[in-house]
Amino acid sequence: MSRSEVDRGDDVSPGKPVVVHRYTAPARINHWVTAISLVLLALSGLALFSPSLYFLTGLFGGGQMTRFIHPWIGVVLFVSFLGLFFRFFRLNLWQKTDSVWLGRMREVLAGEEEKLPEVGKYNAGQKMVFWSMSLLILVLITSGVVVWDQYFGNYFTVEQKRVAVLIHSVTAIIAICVWIVHVYAAIWVRGTIGAMTKGQVTGGWAWRHHRKWLKELVASKN
Amino acid sequence: MFTPIPNPTTKPSAPKFGEQDLVRRSASSVTPPAKRMTEVAKLIDVSKCIGCKACQVACLEWNNLTEEVGVNVGVYDNPHDLTPNTWTLMRYTEYENAESGNLEWLIRKDGCMHCEDPGCLKACPAPGAIVQYSNGIVDFVHDKCIGCGYCIKGCPFNIPRISQVDHKAYKCTLCVDRVAVGQGPACQKACPTQAIVFGTKDEMKQWADHRIKDLKSRGFNNAGLYDPPGVKGTHVMYVLQHADKPQIYAGLPNNPSISPIVEVWKGVTKYAGLAAIGAFAAFGFLHHVITGANRVSVEDEKNAERLAEGQKS
Repeated sequence: MSRSEVDRGDDVSPGKPVVVHRYTAPARINHWVTAISLVLLALSGLALFSPSLYFLTGLFGGGQMTRFIHPWIGVVLFVSFLGLFFRFFRLNLWQKTDSVWLGRMREVLAGEEEKLPEVGKYNAGQKMVFWSMSLLILVLITSGVVVWDQYFGNYFTVEQKRVAVLIHSVTAIIAICVWIVHVYAAIWVRGTIGAMTKGQVTGGWAWRHHRKWLKELVASKN
Repeated sequence: MFTPIPNPTTKPSAPKFGEQDLVRRSASSVTPPAKRMTEVAKLIDVSKCIGCKACQVACLEWNNLTEEVGVNVGVYDNPHDLTPNTWTLMRYTEYENAESGNLEWLIRKDGCMHCEDPGCLKACPAPGAIVQYSNGIVDFVHDKCIGCGYCIKGCPFNIPRISQVDHKAYKCTLCVDRVAVGQGPACQKACPTQAIVFGTKDEMKQWADHRIKDLKSRGFNNAGLYDPPGVKGTHVMYVLQHADKPQIYAGLPNNPSISPIVEVWKGVTKYAGLAAIGAFAAFGFLHHVITGANRVSVEDEKNAERLAEGQKS
């Protein structure tokens, strides 16, 4: 594995504790625009998905407004995620050790990281979240355009729209499940949220969860 | 001749049915009324239609609609398709009957069929935007419509249209406001040949039988009633000269039913989807309760400090 696990902007400041700079301010802004869009999309989408959640349309100013705004938020999410994709895809490319990591799910879930291979900037779980979201968002924007009647109603047949709306809802459900995994992992692994709020994590966090990344980062400073 | 519905009195009368007579309400449940009203139906006898479009005009007139001036592309259909303002449309088909060698002009008045099992209502996500009365009329409640177009996907006949002006869905109401005070629909009233008649569903079936016998006596051996069972019957029915081939009448579906894709989308997907989301959330919660937080230890921090110290030297 000759690939460098260090990203542009990654940095380490010695001290007690060591501070590691994981995400730049633009990357964080990019992430939060995507995150807010995704939450709003999930809420407005679920409102139209199940009658029992129709009350969520109230958050957006009623049914008509929800119907109007949902696709536009989708466009924001797509463009914003495209930014994240190009920022992060290189270090999310799959490597052999990722398969080993994934094969030891029991240890992963138990938090026994000493029994896992040393991890670069992203572990296999993070990579799977990244790639599944990339694929799901592509499917969502494509099927979403097909059912965006206000602008594209005349370009597709009713049968195509039926298929698209089914694909759109199933894909959205999967995306929400992936999102739950993503958010839960950030909560469960304490010290992670700082990476997306301040851009920083402690050296101990990096040592414990992304040791290969930390080692290469320190080495690159010499 | 079918006895026409007499003209109404000029005195205003209270509507004969309303909110309390709903048997279905979109995205919500209703307590069905104890007593179901007699089912009504409109019978369109294609063999009697002369294509005068009086019904189309009457529909625009009664419902206070104005259609845009269109363009002629060499067919009689005008406008070319149903629109948010054209809730009923004469569709003209020139049919060459191979058996008789005749050219037949098949003129079908298209519009909402008022299905007993309405796909539009099943697909609608907005509570109360589509309702079905116990007499069989399916109506759109525009105050509650959000313009999503799901009704279009649910409809097996491709009838509803979304207005680009107010972003609400429109279709034939079966003149619910006229029927409520004992009148027939405007199109029926205007029809000069009684190709459109209106009454109870049983009366219409009887009248259709009489018409079908007449057609059969004139050599239309496949004459029959179009009341498709795939949608549990409709409250707008056709008498067709060639009931064995509904598709020759400008694409009238042979055996319409709600698309299985729509059934899956509105059925199993809805429950399985919410269950999956709940299961993922529950897994996270249980995992945290069982394993506790994954915390960085003092040892981890020390190791990192040692590593970073090495960098300095």
